[in-house]
Amino acid sequence: MRYITEINKNGNIAVDDNILVKDVLASAGSHILDSFAPLFSAEAVERLEKSGYTISGKANVGEFGLDLLGETSYYGIDTENGNLKNAAASLVSSGDVEAALCVDLNGAPRRAAAAEDIIFIKPTYSTVSRYGVIACACSGEQIGVMAKNAKKAAEILSVIAGHDDKDGTSDLKEAYDYSLNDTVKGKKVCIIKELVEDASDEVKKSVADYKQKLIDLGATVEEISFKNLDAAMSAWQILLSAETCNNLSKFDGVKYGYRTPNFKNIDDIYVNTRTEGMGFLAKATILYGSDALSKGRYEICYDKAMRIRRVITEEIKKIFENYDIILTAAASSKQFESYDLKDSFNKVFEESKYTVLASLSGCPAVVTNGVQLMADSFKDNTLLSIANATWEV
Amino acid sequence: MGYELVIGLETHVELSTESKLFCSCGGHSSANEPNDCVCPACSGMPGMLPVVNRHAIELAVKAGLMLNCKINQYTTFDKKSYYYPDLPAAYQTTQWFHPICVEGLVDVEVAGETRQIGIKQIHVEEDAGKLVHTNDSSLVDYNRTSVPLIEIVTKPDFRSSAEVISYLKALKSKLQFAGISECEEGAMRCDINISVRPEGSEVLGVRTEIKNMSSLTSIEEAINKEAIRHIDAIERRTEILVQETRRWDDVKKRTFPMRNKETAADYRYFPDPNVMPVVIDDEWLAEIKADMPATVSEQIEKYMSLGLSEKEANAAAAEANLSAILDGVIAKGIEAKTAAGWLLTDGLGILKKNNIQPKDLVLDTDKFAWIINAANKGEITRNAGKTVLTAVILENVDPESYCKENNLTAQNDIELVKSVVAKAIENNPKAIEDYKAGKEKAILAVFGAAMRELRGTASPDLINKLLKEMIS
Ligand SMILES: [Zn+2]
Repeated sequence: MRYITEINKNGNIAVDDNILVKDVLASAGSHILDSFAPLFSAEAVERLEKSGYTISGKANVGEFGLDLLGETSYYGIDTENGNLKNAAASLVSSGDVEAALCVDLNGAPRRAAAAEDIIFIKPTYSTVSRYGVIACACSGEQIGVMAKNAKKAAEILSVIAGHDDKDGTSDLKEAYDYSLNDTVKGKKVCIIKELVEDASDEVKKSVADYKQKLIDLGATVEEISFKNLDAAMSAWQILLSAETCNNLSKFDGVKYGYRTPNFKNIDDIYVNTRTEGMGFLAKATILYGSDALSKGRYEICYDKAMRIRRVITEEIKKIFENYDIILTAAASSKQFESYDLKDSFNKVFEESKYTVLASLSGCPAVVTNGVQLMADSFKDNTLLSIANATWEV
Repeated sequence: MGYELVIGLETHVELSTESKLFCSCGGHSSANEPNDCVCPACSGMPGMLPVVNRHAIELAVKAGLMLNCKINQYTTFDKKSYYYPDLPAAYQTTQWFHPICVEGLVDVEVAGETRQIGIKQIHVEEDAGKLVHTNDSSLVDYNRTSVPLIEIVTKPDFRSSAEVISYLKALKSKLQFAGISECEEGAMRCDINISVRPEGSEVLGVRTEIKNMSSLTSIEEAINKEAIRHIDAIERRTEILVQETRRWDDVKKRTFPMRNKETAADYRYFPDPNVMPVVIDDEWLAEIKADMPATVSEQIEKYMSLGLSEKEANAAAAEANLSAILDGVIAKGIEAKTAAGWLLTDGLGILKKNNIQPKDLVLDTDKFAWIINAANKGEITRNAGKTVLTAVILENVDPESYCKENNLTAQNDIELVKSVVAKAIENNPKAIEDYKAGKEKAILAVFGAAMRELRGTASPDLINKLLKEMIS
């Protein structure tokens, strides 16, 4: 299934089902939002429509966007030769739409773009309004753009980015320059070796090929080491789970969405609705997050995770004092086979290694040619320019 | 052995903002029907983000200034999670880690003695909605959801229920006075922390908390009853005291423990990543300070410097409404002492007779000033003035036309007054005789008869003068 709800066969932009379009059913891939239709559109959707784009439909997503590629969707996921096939990426790759808006919560759209050899940009945190995103981890999730090339991604991003009064964390700048006028020549690039060495041979080859392309275009490339990846992954897992636990609590069967038919009192409504309405990964994340916030655990879990986030963000800033770009694998593998969803919590955690630095620090990341590039915050244009230059080689 | 009560209070007060704490919905007081003042943000719809209401921040800062608090210029909002149908987002946004005001101090006065009560903190938070229970179901009304509140937390500094009541009364008038809260009936909700210890002891006794109290009478009763329960438990071992949360039963006049389930929640507080820390820079703080009305004590000082007695100054300043009316007529050029006399003697007298609370007095200061001026110029007598004032207060009449229509304009026609006085003398021969025989007071009957006839339109001085001339 590519669309959970199709809106317009002639539409040119798909949006993930965790981004709201007024009056169109929004499930975020979960049964618990059964027959929920929002009263308003996401700011990004509204800006696109005002600029003449047409939304084609609501692309299938994993439940609340928590998984690898969409495999936890209540509506199922397509596979090809046993491999998971992300809905938005396949819509863009097949040319059915020009671009897709996806919420990058834990790297799913980045992995999907790498698998389909298309482009995805997770812009700098706070540059695209999160108003109208069915939220999980507000401190890190960000709407990004999936497209066939950097030009299209930049075009769409320039429409949706810019300050929004309705999002209190939104950066104050009204518009950003995504004019692709930066060059590869003279750029200093570093490869984080821990984010390449354990990946599949196919992925390693993509990184090596890309490195050569950059050198050919006049960049210098060095290898560096990033020691605290384990801490970064744990910190992000705690923050993401805790915020998700809190944000998903509102789905309780009282106001909208799915309500259990089996209840005698309010506690039954809460427990049975949520037990029947959510899948394994959402529940595991909620339990993990609830623990991290509980009395006696907050200081050693959540509070510590926030401190680790600050330290990691500082370390990344330091890298960007010496380098313009970080080059890494976008995922451990180009393809992911279907698997038993009981393993999803651990599997997503392991895979977050490749995507966590941008999620945690809020810096922009672009996936292109099957690899990931990161730059300092607000240097989105540099990333898109490089993606554009290397695409043409 | 004597016992000492140790009491701390947490008081919730609704802020007088135009809109809710994180959305632009109007306050619930403007609602006619359930769920009238509700939007996707305050009803827990996905996709909505909070935007802080700056006015609520300003009012909370004002409350802090009124209570001599230190203002935290860096203040943050946090999420408090629990499930209840009146809480649509399943979390309440409050201030757990960096409350907006801390370390305040406020005077309480009981029987002429003043003691200081420490304020631990003031924090801003959202209210919850309301549940309406019917026979077979419960309905939710989100009009009140996300209406901004402040919670004022004192240190355990109260030593009697009288101090608590005095504090709450003073708090209410302060908050109303500064336009921070309307403190509507029942809208001030208190949680009372109470323990008892032998006099002179430094060690605190077992503490219980009585939740969700609003009427002053109940608060006083509940504290006194709970203190007796504690003392009985200590002295007569009637029960073993445990630290717990209790409720007040207003019918049985006793406290009872809440079900454990209601109190055992772990609220899982954490900083709200969607609300940026609020930074109250020096400039903004100065603006808020400049916008503060004079405090009650400043107001008293001002009135005394304008020539009011201490008693008059206190009476006028204690009630924001009276104070505003007084300031209004003074601003229209009426001398302060005269104005205070009219307002506090005649005005309050009229209110008392008609069972009106001073806070509910509606009095147009233009009309009030006209009456005082007319009396000063002798156009009407003081008595007539009082009659007009009554009509203005009760029916909001126009004083000038009212005087004309009711013949209250002062009698400056000496011949007419003379003839009335002569007739009064003629009709009271006995009184005149007594007066002439040396009973000075006897003349009052004659004076009264003349006054009645003239319906208070002639000045008492004039009548007296004519009366004495004509008898001798
Ligand atoms: Zn609202």
